[in-house]
Amino acid sequence: MDGEELTEQETALYDRQIRVWGADAQRRLSKSHILVCGMKGTVAEFCKNIVLAGVGSLTLMDDRVVTEEAWSANFLIPPDENVYGGKTIAEVCCDSLKDFNPMVRVSVEKGDLSSLDGEFYDKFDVVVVSCCSKLINEKCRKLSKRVAFYTVDCRDSCGEIFVDLQNHKYSKEAISVPWRALPRKASKLYFALRGVFEEAEGRSPGEISIADLPAVLKLKKELCEANALNASHVTDSLLERLIIGTREFPPVCAVVGGILGQEVIKAISCKGEPLKNFFFFDVMDGKGVVEDVSNPKKESK
Amino acid sequence: MVSERQLEAIKIDMDTIEVSNLNRQFLFRQSHVGQSKAKVARDAVLKFRPQMSITAHHANVKDPKFNVEFFKQFNVVLNGLDNLDARRHVNRLCLAADVPLVESGTTGFLGQVTVHVKGKTECYECQPKPAPKTYPVCTITSTPSKFVHCIVWAKDLLFAKLFGDKNQENDLNVRSSDASSSAHAEDVFVRRKDEDIDQYGRRIYDHVFGYNIEVASSNEETWKNRNRPKPIYSADVMPENLTEQNGNVAKNCVVDTSSVSAMASLGLKNPQDTWTLLESSRIFLEALKLFFAKREKEIGNLSFDKDDQLAVEFVTAAANIRAASFGISLHSLFEAKGIAGNIVHAVATTNAIIAGLIVIEAIKVLLKDTDKYRMTYCLEHITKKMLLMPVEPYEPNKSCYVCSETPLSLEINTSRSKLRDFVEKIVKAKLGINFPLIMHGSNLLYEVGDDLDEVEVANYAANLEKVLSQLPSPVTNGTMLTVEDLQQELTCNINIKHREEFDEEKEPDGMLLSGWTQAPPAKDDKQSMNDKQSIGNGGDSSNALQTEPADAVKDGEMEEISEPSGKKRKLSEGSKASILDATDGTRNHKEVEKLDDDDDDDDDVVMFDDLDSMTNKKKRLQ
Repeated sequence: MDGEELTEQETALYDRQIRVWGADAQRRLSKSHILVCGMKGTVAEFCKNIVLAGVGSLTLMDDRVVTEEAWSANFLIPPDENVYGGKTIAEVCCDSLKDFNPMVRVSVEKGDLSSLDGEFYDKFDVVVVSCCSKLINEKCRKLSKRVAFYTVDCRDSCGEIFVDLQNHKYSKEAISVPWRALPRKASKLYFALRGVFEEAEGRSPGEISIADLPAVLKLKKELCEANALNASHVTDSLLERLIIGTREFPPVCAVVGGILGQEVIKAISCKGEPLKNFFFFDVMDGKGVVEDVSNPKKESK
Repeated sequence: MVSERQLEAIKIDMDTIEVSNLNRQFLFRQSHVGQSKAKVARDAVLKFRPQMSITAHHANVKDPKFNVEFFKQFNVVLNGLDNLDARRHVNRLCLAADVPLVESGTTGFLGQVTVHVKGKTECYECQPKPAPKTYPVCTITSTPSKFVHCIVWAKDLLFAKLFGDKNQENDLNVRSSDASSSAHAEDVFVRRKDEDIDQYGRRIYDHVFGYNIEVASSNEETWKNRNRPKPIYSADVMPENLTEQNGNVAKNCVVDTSSVSAMASLGLKNPQDTWTLLESSRIFLEALKLFFAKREKEIGNLSFDKDDQLAVEFVTAAANIRAASFGISLHSLFEAKGIAGNIVHAVATTNAIIAGLIVIEAIKVLLKDTDKYRMTYCLEHITKKMLLMPVEPYEPNKSCYVCSETPLSLEINTSRSKLRDFVEKIVKAKLGINFPLIMHGSNLLYEVGDDLDEVEVANYAANLEKVLSQLPSPVTNGTMLTVEDLQQELTCNINIKHREEFDEEKEPDGMLLSGWTQAPPAKDDKQSMNDKQSIGNGGDSSNALQTEPADAVKDGEMEEISEPSGKKRKLSEGSKASILDATDGTRNHKEVEKLDDDDDDDDDVVMFDDLDSMTNKKKRLQ
């Protein structure tokens, strides 16, 4: 029983949050292992939140070199070349995050996530990737152990979170749900982002630009026709905004990173109702919306 | 939006950093504990935005140096305060300076951000905010029914009596039946010279948990419809001599007062465990002993501090024993500390969300994007598919005495009530004006200030003791009084109406203020109406037991997330007056209206009339 108790240090540090979710939930958090891939601004916010919450360990993957764009929206990267020079984004973030809570083990993993096998994923309870990836999700699903999978993306003034706790279908299935099966008021962002991502599939982050707009618009038209959706429902201006605005907007990162943090904490602690299965936030209307995108016929698995 | 402009910021915070802040206030580290929040925050921000200009003030925002001129230099003010009093103060200064204010608050998973612009939206005080909770004196001293009543008794009465200022009035023995015994009772709590500490402890124990309960129990009237409490005597609970139990206390030679702990002495390690009556009794005696053995110098000057481990142990133990007496369930130290310390539960994620939303609103204000201002609510449970719900701000409330300068009405007995009563119960307690200037026409009846001479001070002191109709400038039926706060630049006019009788139960103050929306009473305040006095649990109110100054309540009042009531109005439309409904729960349940889709980006902004009917009840996850 003694080894199971929270230490005096933990009790003092986590007092205010233990009053929210209880000591049992805190204990579960302290034993959890999180993998994060793609250290963009929103992900940095998310990492900060879960490190403060007191997870067991956090592993970061992002081999990219630090650029001005990186530190403009990622507060974990100080704009000082003396500090970040010669390091990857993951390495700089790792150093910063350790500082937030010395009780959490923060480390860096190099390499390409999609080339790693199931055994690697087995070490983790939660995987968060910052670009929509069907491939990684499938790998997580194949494991015998339940790994919670999340994607998060923020561009311009909006953001999206996808949640897969393996109790309903995702990815290939979710995003191939016929659009007419979705409620009429379903967030436009959902459709818009699908169009953008499909075009961006297979290309590196940041590669897509205004030059691609005509292609995306054409794709949108095709998708809308194929799905019998009125094309005007997803405006060109929205798509344009999403294509051009690849930079993240820090307050949106904070909001989306906060929601994502809460979701992961819920999943680990088994306390609270996880959102199912997409979350969208757009500064333009100020709403944080949850959309359930699932094909009713295939709910059985 | 990447801003290249030079940003200047000023940060004001009177607090220092505590360990319990570190789970969410991420600009701070363990090594910063004890340092000024304002200064450390400034240094931390400069690390990732070195080009910013930030000035840090380790000060109370209510300090007179932060006057209207000071506030006028800003384009926008962002509040992250933890108490109502400071929020009202800043609200008034922002109105006086005509500077937009972005207000916010969080409690656990709930939070909200609101925007206040003079003349365009409601001010922070246009909608009533719940006042801090208070309890009737006799509930605390005689008829507790909830654990919190026991905590307030243990903290504000017993702890204060034993360890606090001896000269403070204390209701601990209010039920002593005869005069001679109450004179004797005054000595009961003082440790006699050379009195053995264990004996003293048991004597106190037996007096408050045994004798006082027996005395209270004998009053037939009180217990007609209630269960009688059971007196508890130390000999019944702990027959053996305590020093034999705790030989290790003698060996405990810790000099550092902060590590002195009864729990440690007795081997009760887990703050989440609920003690038994026996354990609580042992802790009670042990804690008392440790105060005298290790912290004798402080006795007589101590006030309860939730970060004082021994004090929390003592209060928890005492509250538990009292609870056992009255058939109320006992609680763990962790729970008791939360109640006694008015601790607000908080997590990093909600704070991050609200912080992001604050910045978004602040940017709208800086860009003067008036139509886009929103009040945004962070919900715990999905409502209408939303976790973040934006709502358009209301127009100013024409009845708001703060921003609309509507006169108020006060019914009062001008031949019986003194000026002092008016100042304490109305001006300070209700209107939140702490440094008032009171005028009748051109006659100054009362003011406070450093620049007053002796004669003036004497005059005002004399005026306070006079009944209203006997003042140098008599205040009678039909008089209009003007109350001002120079710092807040607030002027409030009050029409006086004389009334002979007041209902002792419903109007215990003997006054009735109207034209001002009263904060909604807390659910079990039905009892408080029946009593003339009430006791707060750290909050301040008229007739409240003085516990500690409001500023010292670091964790602040429990955030009541304000939700819109009454009729809604879009900013951009010209509109009629919107009078708030009385907060007695009767609200209009209008249909949700939707705007036309005139602009893609703006569509689906939903206007709610009554958020309560849409949201689920707030649940605490404990």
